[in-house]
Amino acid sequence: MSQVPIDSIGVSRGSLRSYLTGFVLSLILTAIPFALVMSAAWSPGATLAAIFGAGIVQILVHLHYFLHLDTSSAARWNVLAMIFTLLIMILFVGGTLWIMYTLNYRMM
Amino acid sequence: MMTTDASTIGTAHNEEVEYSDTVAMQTFGFWLYLMSDLIIFATLFATFVVLGRNYANGPTGKELFDLPYLLGETLFLLFSSVTYGLVMLAVRDGRKKWVLTGLAVTFLLGLGFVSMEVNEFYGMVAEGHGPDISAFLSSFFTLVGTHGTHVTFGLIWMVVMMGQVAVKGLTIPVQSRLMRLSMFWHFLDIIWIGIFSIVYLMGVV
Repeated sequence: MSQVPIDSIGVSRGSLRSYLTGFVLSLILTAIPFALVMSAAWSPGATLAAIFGAGIVQILVHLHYFLHLDTSSAARWNVLAMIFTLLIMILFVGGTLWIMYTLNYRMM
Repeated sequence: MMTTDASTIGTAHNEEVEYSDTVAMQTFGFWLYLMSDLIIFATLFATFVVLGRNYANGPTGKELFDLPYLLGETLFLLFSSVTYGLVMLAVRDGRKKWVLTGLAVTFLLGLGFVSMEVNEFYGMVAEGHGPDISAFLSSFFTLVGTHGTHVTFGLIWMVVMMGQVAVKGLTIPVQSRLMRLSMFWHFLDIIWIGIFSIVYLMGVV
């Protein structure tokens, strides 16, 4: 059978190199927040910021190296759909937190 | 005769283009499904962040969560994401045996993750820390349980695909399904990054 279609999809252009790079980066980005929390070396505020930062970077690593999302034309619609979804998520999550914390503050 | 040949070639070519279009459409359609799934998880995350500190005199995350255990779960899922990536490389090269081996390894790693999570949930409920104790535990079980259910369905899908690869071989429809399962699997690993960061690690800090 022809291998053409599966190669022509925007999200399937992986290579051994890209998977292994993604894997090593993910291991590092998982180890950092776990080590910080377990050792309690930093103040809680700094640790929270580090967890948040490492999480965001690891999500980007997964999107790039495992799902192969980039700015190429083959992946353009996938990226556009994701950006739209992120907009809705920001409205949902941001709106919920804003309303609930304000409510909590006023009820105190 | 010449005309027949030409039209046959033309048809074969068109079929390939049509297949390619179909696969691209199926992939994109599945991507849209994943995006809607992402919104479900976003609402569950929002619920958890709002309710996650309401312990109602019950246990806190700090008392309940076992970080080395959680690291084990995380590594199971991360390893399985990479092995599924290798499966897709084997699919591209048309190596059926390696596809089946890779799927089996990925399945076992995924099963390891689900078993550890079920064991964790079972232990919590057995100690009287079930979802009915506090808003924190309700939102915790809903969010983490929804992710675990997704992974379980991914495992069922993986068994089905092992059967299809073994019986049908790596036909284009089978390749297309393997492709969509790979998107599902990587997507669930991304959701897990959010869960171990926001629910577990931030809950213990």
